[in-house]
Amino acid sequence: MATAMRAQAVTRPITSGSSLLRRMVTLFAVHTVLVCGAVFILLPFVWMVVTSLKSPSEIFTVDFSLWPKHFNAVENYGRALTKVPLLRFALNGFIVCAGILIVQVLVAVPCAYALAKLRFPGRNALFALVLLGLCIPVQVPALPLYMGLASLGLLNTYFAIMMPFFLSVFAIFLFRQFFKGYPDEIIQAARLDGMSEFEIVWRIVVPSSWPAIAAFSVFSVVAHWNDLYWPLIVINDMNLATPPLGMLFFADSETGSNYGSLTAAATVITAPLVLAFLIARRRFIEGITMTGIK
Amino acid sequence: MASVELQSIGKSFGATPVLSGIDLTVADGEFLTLVGASGCGKSTLIRIIAGLEPQSAGSVRIGGASVDHLRPHERHVAMVFQSYALYPHMRVFANMALPLTMTRLNLFERLPLLRLLSPRRRGAMAEIAKQVHAVARQLQIESLLDRRPSQLSGGQRQRVALGRAMVREPAVFLMDEPLSNLDAKLRVHMRTELAELHARLGVTFIYVTHDQVEAMTMSDRVAMMDSGTILQLGKPDDLYARPANVKVAQFIGTPAINVLPARVGAAGTVELFGMDLPIHVRRPAGTALTLGIRPQAITPAATGTTRAGLCALDGRLRRSENLGAEHILHVDLAAPATGTLTSVMAGDPEVMAGDARRLALLFAPSACHVFDAEGARIDDVEAAPSAAAATRMARAL
Amino acid sequence: MTAAATLAAPVPAPRRNRQRLIESLAGCGFAVPAFILLLLTNLVPLAALLYLSFTNYELGAIDTRFLGLDNFHKALGDPVFRRSLYNTFAYVAMVIPGAVGLGLLIAVLLHRRKRTRSIYEVIYFLPVTSTLIAMATVWQFILHPALGPINGVLRALGLGEVAFLSEPAYVLPTLAAIGIWQLVGFNMVLFLAGLSAIPRDLYEAAEIDGCRSGIDRFLTITWPLLGPTTMFVIVTTSITAFKVFDTVAVMTRGGPMGASEVLLYAIYLEGYQYFHMGYAAALTLIFLAFVLLFSILQTFVLDRRVHY
Repeated sequence: MATAMRAQAVTRPITSGSSLLRRMVTLFAVHTVLVCGAVFILLPFVWMVVTSLKSPSEIFTVDFSLWPKHFNAVENYGRALTKVPLLRFALNGFIVCAGILIVQVLVAVPCAYALAKLRFPGRNALFALVLLGLCIPVQVPALPLYMGLASLGLLNTYFAIMMPFFLSVFAIFLFRQFFKGYPDEIIQAARLDGMSEFEIVWRIVVPSSWPAIAAFSVFSVVAHWNDLYWPLIVINDMNLATPPLGMLFFADSETGSNYGSLTAAATVITAPLVLAFLIARRRFIEGITMTGIK
Repeated sequence: MASVELQSIGKSFGATPVLSGIDLTVADGEFLTLVGASGCGKSTLIRIIAGLEPQSAGSVRIGGASVDHLRPHERHVAMVFQSYALYPHMRVFANMALPLTMTRLNLFERLPLLRLLSPRRRGAMAEIAKQVHAVARQLQIESLLDRRPSQLSGGQRQRVALGRAMVREPAVFLMDEPLSNLDAKLRVHMRTELAELHARLGVTFIYVTHDQVEAMTMSDRVAMMDSGTILQLGKPDDLYARPANVKVAQFIGTPAINVLPARVGAAGTVELFGMDLPIHVRRPAGTALTLGIRPQAITPAATGTTRAGLCALDGRLRRSENLGAEHILHVDLAAPATGTLTSVMAGDPEVMAGDARRLALLFAPSACHVFDAEGARIDDVEAAPSAAAATRMARAL
Repeated sequence: MTAAATLAAPVPAPRRNRQRLIESLAGCGFAVPAFILLLLTNLVPLAALLYLSFTNYELGAIDTRFLGLDNFHKALGDPVFRRSLYNTFAYVAMVIPGAVGLGLLIAVLLHRRKRTRSIYEVIYFLPVTSTLIAMATVWQFILHPALGPINGVLRALGLGEVAFLSEPAYVLPTLAAIGIWQLVGFNMVLFLAGLSAIPRDLYEAAEIDGCRSGIDRFLTITWPLLGPTTMFVIVTTSITAFKVFDTVAVMTRGGPMGASEVLLYAIYLEGYQYFHMGYAAALTLIFLAFVLLFSILQTFVLDRRVHY
């Protein structure tokens, strides 16, 4: 009997009638705001993909409907891929990003290690220069670099696109922070074992700094895949165009006409990074958040 | 000032049960400690009382009225957190005034610029300032009112946290391991201060700790918890002298109680390592038992010594720890016994151990705690001479 | 004893010196490639810019004259330049409240969700990873007066068409909206990180002390403790917004009638379309000055990020 009464005393936690209502209302309001924001964010993506599937007649009708009635995907994408060498752009993007990243890491890692762990004359001066470089956006040295490359006849080459980015002061700064936390004892033990400094950097420190290097790689690839300013300046040969530049060319040539293949091209260009993001979300957010810490 | 009643409190996080069947009544003005090892559920229980966690089953009553549907600030409780949870961006005065400004001023009177328009605010703030100063004076932190928490020492922060709790004049004080972040000396000092504070205020204190010394020295009553249930509730003396469970016996008291396996012999007495002890147990022969003997109840003597009325076990001194006033001995028992016993004695054990480090350990049968195989205390036990007489004899050695 | 002592003493010193030497050599060797690149890609160009800005050099010109500070005087009096400066600052002024405010709002709303949080995080972060040029083209279509859905909705509501990109008064706000669209997810992530740094028991203590509603919690705890993060996000957003170029290049090319010509676009025109190198160099230095100002602010704020 006593236990039965006790069982009746069991209540639902903290929520009485009015506060349950309050919680529901709050939840509803919160999600309304979030969903409205999400609609705003997703609008171009959805519209892009949907338009790329529509036929011209549908696109140009004034009363719009979301889902295409006639699928014109093959023609739109076909046009996009052939009229302008989209795949070529993607390939260029890949070459450029890979090239830049490889040199960036090769140059930045030893320098960061030296700044973090070794004592050598001019170390502080070099670090001050690195800090200064962090404040200088690439659009600033662009002008003289352009002139220099022009006089050397090196415009319109892969080298021209990649060259200003070979040195990433951000990478040096980032890796230096990371290497500073690396235990000195391991390095000293390696020295005692007879390892040269060069080996220490590449065979011991780098493998354990993988998270930092991976995160930086993400940042670098995203930044340079999406870069327009510099390629626009040094390239006017369409065969070398990177994705953003290619998109610009395509948009130029198709102004006012074929929105179907325009959006198809946009989809093809945006897809790689978005897919990579969906697959490796954590690394992406880490890497890109570092631009903020920059 | 109010009593706190917990009826059949249960709590599960998803499928994991954390508390079950907690029944507890804290009298008005009592200092009750919830003690136990990490993970026993004591912090969860105090958070349920505060209203920070909803219980899965059961009900909480404060001052006789059910508070299950009330939000934390409506329950008239105050809580001191382990990390103190002082608002780092506010000065000490603002920290302590916050509970009062929250309840006395409405939203507009609190908004940063709009509040300057409110006439009522000035009066209310003056009242609040008086109260804060009064509490600060009590805790001797008036000189700190202008500082930020980051500029305070651990002990000072603790006082500010206490002050913030006191300013609310709550019905119940809840404290979740408030002393565990302090260094040892400060902890001892604060123990006294808290006990004196309780005596002065006369408010119900519910205190959570994993330190049995705090539990024993500060509380009116202690509830020892393990795996989500209360093993024993009672005065500190009761938990020490009459532990209801072998786990309670092992948790309370330093050094920890010695625990030996035994069983009921043919004559209904306790049989320990083949030796028949003059302790009668009303259980069938062969029942497994656990015997508990406190180190303070074991007297070491030269090997081979026997005394009437005392039981003896022989062993070899493995190690002795010198505490100054006493020694703690770790003695390996000689065959057929197995295990190590701890004993506490004044004086140097080397004197009686000799070269071979052999010792006899003497104890009175009445000093033994008998537990069954599940760990529950067996009370229908008869032992031979009284404990007092036995200890006197042992000391005479 | 003394013989042993004198024997023992000198041995460590040469080894230590040799170790130091190896360190120095290795350090220099490691740093040299970076240093050379630093020279070539940053320092030499900076010096060149400085020199150029004092001349009237044009690409391919035969003779150049030294102008002193004339280029800078010209820039400050040039209505085109002043307009581009004004446009850029107006753009930044519009983007900051939107990107920071929305980022904060979304972060605060998302912070407490458990099941839906990942989905929303992914959605809001998508624009950050997408290629802005491609999306700008899509936006252009969406904002199209006749064909775009937005105007379609406006027409359905009886409000008529709005020429978002061809009306001088609307073009900057439209570009700002797209800029906000791109930055919200990024700021959201930064704010989420800042929010998770706030200890949970502060909120619990506040609840016991009487913080009833979300507004109370926000004003008493969240907003003050997010202070450093907020400042940081504002400065970062400012710098990014200041460097706006892509959307202008794709969607408006500075039009209509220069209403959306921003600083970087003006520099681009001067340097790479009109080839007025000297003048463009001066403009670039002015651009750099502003960015340095923002960056100094950022370093300043980073120092203050030490929590209370």
